[in-house]
Amino acid sequence: MSAMHAHKKFDVIVIGGGHAGTEAALASARAGANTLLVTHKLSTLGQMSCNPAIGGIGKGHLTKEVDALGGAMAQAIDVAGIQFRTLNASKGPAVRATRAQADRELYRAAIQRILAAQKNLTLHQDSVEDLLIDGDKITGVQTKDNDNFYAKCVVLTSGTFLGGKILRGQYSEQGGRAGDAPANKLAAHIRSLPFKVNRLKTGTPPRLHKDSLNYDLMLSQPGDNPCPVFSYLGRRNEHPEQLLCHITKTTEETHQIIRREIHQSPMFSGLIKGVGPRYCPSIEDKVVRFADKNSHQIFVEPEGHNSNEIYPNGISTSLPEEVQIDFVRSIIGFENAIITQPGYAIEYDFLDPRDLKLTLETKPISGLFLAGQINGTTGYEEAAAQGLIAGLNAQRKSQEQDPWHPLRQNSYMGVLIDDLTTRGVTEPYRMFTSRAEHRLLLREDNADKRLTTIGRKLNLVNDHRWKIFNNKMAAAEKEQARMQSIFIRKRDLTEADIKIIGSEYKKETTAADLLKRPSFSHKMVTSLSIVGPATWNRDNLYEEIIEQIQLQLETQAKYAGYIERQDREIIKNAKQETLVLPKNLNYDLVHGLSNEARQRLETNPPETLGQASRMEGITPAAISLLLIHLKKRYLDKTA
Amino acid sequence: MTKQNLYTQDTIIASASAAGIGGINVIRISGPDTEDIARTVLGEIPQPRVATYKKFLNNSQDILDMGVAIYFPAPDSFTGESVLELHAHGGNFIGNNIIKEITLMGARYAAPGEFSKRAYLNGKIDLIQAEAIADLISSGTQKSAKAALNSLSGVFSDSVKDLNDQLINLRLFVEAAIDFPEEELDFLSDEKLINQIQICDQSFRRMHNSTKHGQILNDGLKIAIIGLPNAGKSSLLNVISGEESAIVTDIAGTTRDIIKIQVDIDGLSVEFIDTAGLRDNPDLIEAEGIKRTKEIIKSVDLALWIHDLSSSESFLPTNLPSDLASIVVYNKIDLIKPGQTPSPKNSKDIYLSANTGKGIEGLYEAIKKSIGYKNAGEGSFTARARHMEAIDMAFKHFLTGKDALIRDRAGEIFAEEMKLSQAALNDVTGKISSDELLGKIFSEFCIGK
Repeated sequence: MSAMHAHKKFDVIVIGGGHAGTEAALASARAGANTLLVTHKLSTLGQMSCNPAIGGIGKGHLTKEVDALGGAMAQAIDVAGIQFRTLNASKGPAVRATRAQADRELYRAAIQRILAAQKNLTLHQDSVEDLLIDGDKITGVQTKDNDNFYAKCVVLTSGTFLGGKILRGQYSEQGGRAGDAPANKLAAHIRSLPFKVNRLKTGTPPRLHKDSLNYDLMLSQPGDNPCPVFSYLGRRNEHPEQLLCHITKTTEETHQIIRREIHQSPMFSGLIKGVGPRYCPSIEDKVVRFADKNSHQIFVEPEGHNSNEIYPNGISTSLPEEVQIDFVRSIIGFENAIITQPGYAIEYDFLDPRDLKLTLETKPISGLFLAGQINGTTGYEEAAAQGLIAGLNAQRKSQEQDPWHPLRQNSYMGVLIDDLTTRGVTEPYRMFTSRAEHRLLLREDNADKRLTTIGRKLNLVNDHRWKIFNNKMAAAEKEQARMQSIFIRKRDLTEADIKIIGSEYKKETTAADLLKRPSFSHKMVTSLSIVGPATWNRDNLYEEIIEQIQLQLETQAKYAGYIERQDREIIKNAKQETLVLPKNLNYDLVHGLSNEARQRLETNPPETLGQASRMEGITPAAISLLLIHLKKRYLDKTA
Repeated sequence: MTKQNLYTQDTIIASASAAGIGGINVIRISGPDTEDIARTVLGEIPQPRVATYKKFLNNSQDILDMGVAIYFPAPDSFTGESVLELHAHGGNFIGNNIIKEITLMGARYAAPGEFSKRAYLNGKIDLIQAEAIADLISSGTQKSAKAALNSLSGVFSDSVKDLNDQLINLRLFVEAAIDFPEEELDFLSDEKLINQIQICDQSFRRMHNSTKHGQILNDGLKIAIIGLPNAGKSSLLNVISGEESAIVTDIAGTTRDIIKIQVDIDGLSVEFIDTAGLRDNPDLIEAEGIKRTKEIIKSVDLALWIHDLSSSESFLPTNLPSDLASIVVYNKIDLIKPGQTPSPKNSKDIYLSANTGKGIEGLYEAIKKSIGYKNAGEGSFTARARHMEAIDMAFKHFLTGKDALIRDRAGEIFAEEMKLSQAALNDVTGKISSDELLGKIFSEFCIGK
């Protein structure tokens, strides 16, 4: 190896350069650890190996949370997004989510730029083949080139590369994704460690040549206007030129071809044993399971300005290549389609995430952290969120600081990590808003309010972001106070006002309270002559920030009652939630516990009482018994 | 674990006396709202540890009972929290009513063993008792679940389950709409959803109105005895009451005044109301009685429709409320010759003799069954009351959610309220996790790119 790695000693080593690995390395380095990122190919850092998009329901929320903690994903998509939309725009701000179509090349470049600029971070190209472990402690990694690197903490983000197997028809090959070899030596080594290893499966659609499609036959789908931005620091003018997406659909003929050839699909022939995601079914699955539907929609997504490829979202398949050509050409607008890369299914190893602490450190091996698909999740955003938490805690552990983990009540990140570590996974785990019990609190518009202050304390938030955040909060508070001080009397309304407010305006109220009514926006209320426009300090606020403030004021007002209720519930449960269960707790000694509860607690010992309460088969009575037992233990010790 | 109070957030209430009829009933309240509750119930916070004779008031200042109150400020109390003891008059009705009124002030029904648990966790009970308390919690929880189930068996618990299924179904639509906005279906503007909401609304109302269980179990059941003149209505009443409270003669149409008796059937309080016979061509005085009978019928929970087996006259009443629950009773089996006993037209019909009392037990069983009542012994009131509370809460959230969706098109609020509504029923029906819900969505709708 070169002289620059002469020391080969780091605080933290991150293995893997996908979305989990890059956020892990950035967070670790940002918070002050001397960090090494090892990847088998530096040129694929920041690669989007599945569909070219960031965000969506639940995922957009995660992306904003990563951003609120200083992560890279939102800022990268702001300079790489070729179409931005707000999903659920008609359904109320709590469930709205941003989604952006990405130019793959621009995205990769943006991530690589951010990595290169990061202080404390060394990038290194090589394949990790072994973990160096001393007893139950990680000490470093060994690479293919037989190099040893040492660190107090290692974050493993190997994605689908562990025992990866690509399948299409009867054909199968080993691989971590199309064109990349799997990490089999590492997989074999990890299987020898005390982890519960299992298989999952996912798939991708064939890619099509963009000039071989007839867009006139498809429905075109433009982005939103005004165009949303992702990062709290994002500016619209950072966006590259925006592109159109299209929507088309399968035909009866498509379904006939698939039904006829279904026996050739490895999922149906039994070649694939791993469990695939139910929310992302292959086209074979859709045709078979929902036989009464005679057409399925397909999103025709461009991969970038300089790419010749189209990503047809909705037809992931593992049928043989010639069948793929057949059925693709039966789709409206795809009659002359040229397949540039056939679709495939991929099966890979994952480790049961119930072997992880809430910091994503493994329970069996001290100092080893796991993030991303290796934990049974799917999606770039889920990976990025885990990467950030794992990287941060690796840094904290290596520098002997207290661990920190997000909670269900402050973020989707908290929901994600608690779900994984408490309940495990039975299919690739994807975020949905229905997983969060405090959905009206955990919104895209307030991720910064929820997390940036914490992030600053954890050294994840730089001065620039911190200043913008504080300006925004101060301005929001000032405007809120102004709105509260203005009382709107009916007799003061002008004719123009009545047009805005409606002639049935009766119950007189403050401007702030008016905002609580379902159809009243901040813009509407401030256009009343008695209220008047807000005065923003343009020296430290720009247009996008002002929009954020307006949205925040609206949502706070509209959900006030629900937010209060959820806050009360959180406080009520806070003590139980965070009560730490001793590591050596012997559940046999907990008097009165049912056998079922005992078994479940012994198999996957929870870290906190809150976690225990969410485990399957653990009743409120069992939680009471645990409490009594803990008290007894405490009294025994102090007696 | 340090000596911290883990329960600073809620206040619990329960009767500390054995269930049944005793001289006094001690009701115990423990938790941070104790002082507030004392101010409402007693008008003031009594002097600590001094027995004070007081009126017990509800939120609207009505007198519930009078008795002795003792206040123990934290930490010098049985549980280590502030405790208020109300020594009310004995008997289930008074005590249960006081407890119910106080839950409206923010206290909740204590879980089995919960006072002892708090006492223990706050260091008020010594170490050796830990296991006894653990036993109390685990056996008490099973018993109370069983009691609740038993006391609400049959039709009632089926309809709660059905209601829960309906709520889950509604949640499928709205959660799918929120989490999968790019699908071709707009679930929220789907006619089917609105229909289902209406159906669910009706189910809630039906349960609320027709069974009126909470009220029945609290206030007792009202039953009208109706039938043709001389079918033996008054005789039946006499058998039930065990004394001659109604005039019994052989002249049709003797009962013109309304006669009521109150009896206790296995712990269920029942009021029977004897009525004038219903007939099409009555004389004037009788007509007045019949008019009153029809009024009475509107106010009862159940009607016993008495037929005279020895008479060939058969008659179906007209103008009766259509939703009136009834039991058909064939009287005078003692007048039928052996071997001529008619075969029941309906297995639910009752055959008895008001003269001899034969078959009366069967009638009692049928009455209890008709409202799903079983005497489940101790603790069943509390268990039932918790369930009633849960259903009322579920209905409240349902209505708020329905309004939000239909009036404001606020799908996310609808989703929240449906979640809360269903969570309220969890106590009765068991939990559904978000993952199970997602599973149902994926099997119901073709979703995903």
